[in-house]
Amino acid sequence: MWSLLFPSVHDRKLIPEGRLSGPMPWVIAIMVFLTVLAAATGLSVRSGARSVNADLAGRVTVQIVEANPDERARQADAALTMLRSDPKIAKVVRVPDAEVQAILAPWIGGDSLNTDIPVPALIDVDLVEAANVATLSELRATLENAAPGARVDANASWLGPVFDLLVTLQWLALGLVTLLAIATAAAVVLSARSALNSHGETIKIIHLLGGTDKQVARLFQRRIALDALFGGVFGLILGVAVILVFAGQAGRLGSDLVRSASLGPVDWIILIFIPLLAMLLALFTARLTIMRALGKAL
Amino acid sequence: MESIVQFENVGLRYGTANDGVSPEALTDITFKLFPGKFYFLTGASGAGKTSLLKMLYLAQRPSRGVIKLFDVDTVMLSRARLPGFRRRIGVVFQDFRLIQHLSAYDNIALPLRVSGVKEKDLHTPVSEMLSWVGLADRAGAQPATLSGGEQQRVAIARAVISRPEVLVADEPTGNVDPEMGMRLMRLFEALNRLGTTVVVATHDIDLMSRVKNAQMMRLDKGRLSDPTGALRYPPKPEDDHWEGAR
Repeated sequence: MWSLLFPSVHDRKLIPEGRLSGPMPWVIAIMVFLTVLAAATGLSVRSGARSVNADLAGRVTVQIVEANPDERARQADAALTMLRSDPKIAKVVRVPDAEVQAILAPWIGGDSLNTDIPVPALIDVDLVEAANVATLSELRATLENAAPGARVDANASWLGPVFDLLVTLQWLALGLVTLLAIATAAAVVLSARSALNSHGETIKIIHLLGGTDKQVARLFQRRIALDALFGGVFGLILGVAVILVFAGQAGRLGSDLVRSASLGPVDWIILIFIPLLAMLLALFTARLTIMRALGKAL
Repeated sequence: MESIVQFENVGLRYGTANDGVSPEALTDITFKLFPGKFYFLTGASGAGKTSLLKMLYLAQRPSRGVIKLFDVDTVMLSRARLPGFRRRIGVVFQDFRLIQHLSAYDNIALPLRVSGVKEKDLHTPVSEMLSWVGLADRAGAQPATLSGGEQQRVAIARAVISRPEVLVADEPTGNVDPEMGMRLMRLFEALNRLGTTVVVATHDIDLMSRVKNAQMMRLDKGRLSDPTGALRYPPKPEDDHWEGAR
């Protein structure tokens, strides 16, 4: 690896290096810029999904749906007692009626809530482990006698479509990154072929003097890898700048979901490695292209 | 004595003509070259001298026949093994084939660098070689700034610096004046005395007659005029075989 990037002065002289003179570094810069944005989107969506999932995975809501306020209160107290005695439940909190009414007031109206419309009693339950079908069935069976009007719902099930959307977005981001990597490799193939054509006579002479394909390939690999590294770093700087501007604007929205979708330290490390990966991709692609092209000559 | 180069019924056909079969550029070439000998290859322009030399220095595979170099059949040799054989053969190309953006020093040093000689071990042999061909004061000059004769000498220095077992020169005196031509020939003779087998393609009869103990092959329309590869010296002006070389 070291000798590929830092060959002798003479090796560098054999193929004149007009670095940054061709379009390759700028094409790579654009590719890496887009890759950084796509990867950042995928990583932040993953981070947000994990955060929401962690919050909701073990959370269950028990609604006591009973028109009679006294019976509703009795069933709610009985349900609270039973749930607090269950070892699989970490925390049980009765949502105050005033808080429930405050949530519903914008849609239904505060006055009618107090008199005309019966509002269910709500109990927030945090399970020790994530909720699943068996846990929910067990919970329903436990409450059946004490609170016949109880309805048990896992919070995660309400957000199922949102999770599906987030997963789709992650796959989309991964797909974009893959397509950009393929486009980058294609640009490197064209650049390597162009370089081979430009220096065909020098390559022939090196071959006739006993030079090997590997020696010839090494001359081009270095140049292409350094071009890719330059373009990659430039693209990364642009991408990070855009992410920081976007993150600043998103932060001002005050949304918990948006805040939870921020990039963590590991995510930033992954983004910083993208130019290096682009360089390695260019190095590998250039070597493969050159070796295959040279293999067709004598 | 074991031969160092052996051609057996070698034929060479370039491309394909409209009728599907192009004529052979070289036909039924059979000869042997022995270590430490000096050979001239002569013939009229277009007789196939350069094609034959290309096969000798592994720049061209034959269409048929067997070519043995250093007792190894090179016709079916894999590409990966060719560099090892090429490093044992020094070549002075007809058109010099110097790398234009490298200095005379770097052009001459190229075969050593290709062979993996370390930079610190390069200076002495390259400087000696530059002095040997009379270009010590032009070490840093690029080929475009050198005269034809100077470029020729750089090409010769590059061909011999790694002390090849076989030296192949295609019309090495074609671009230099007679005096320089003789000087170059003296260089080849000096190398030959050191044990290098020398093969020089030329149609300069005067030059050939000045090299003692050289043997000669003549190509005529793609065929060796003596199919057995018998070599003759000195050339006789009345010999019909030399008509084409005049």
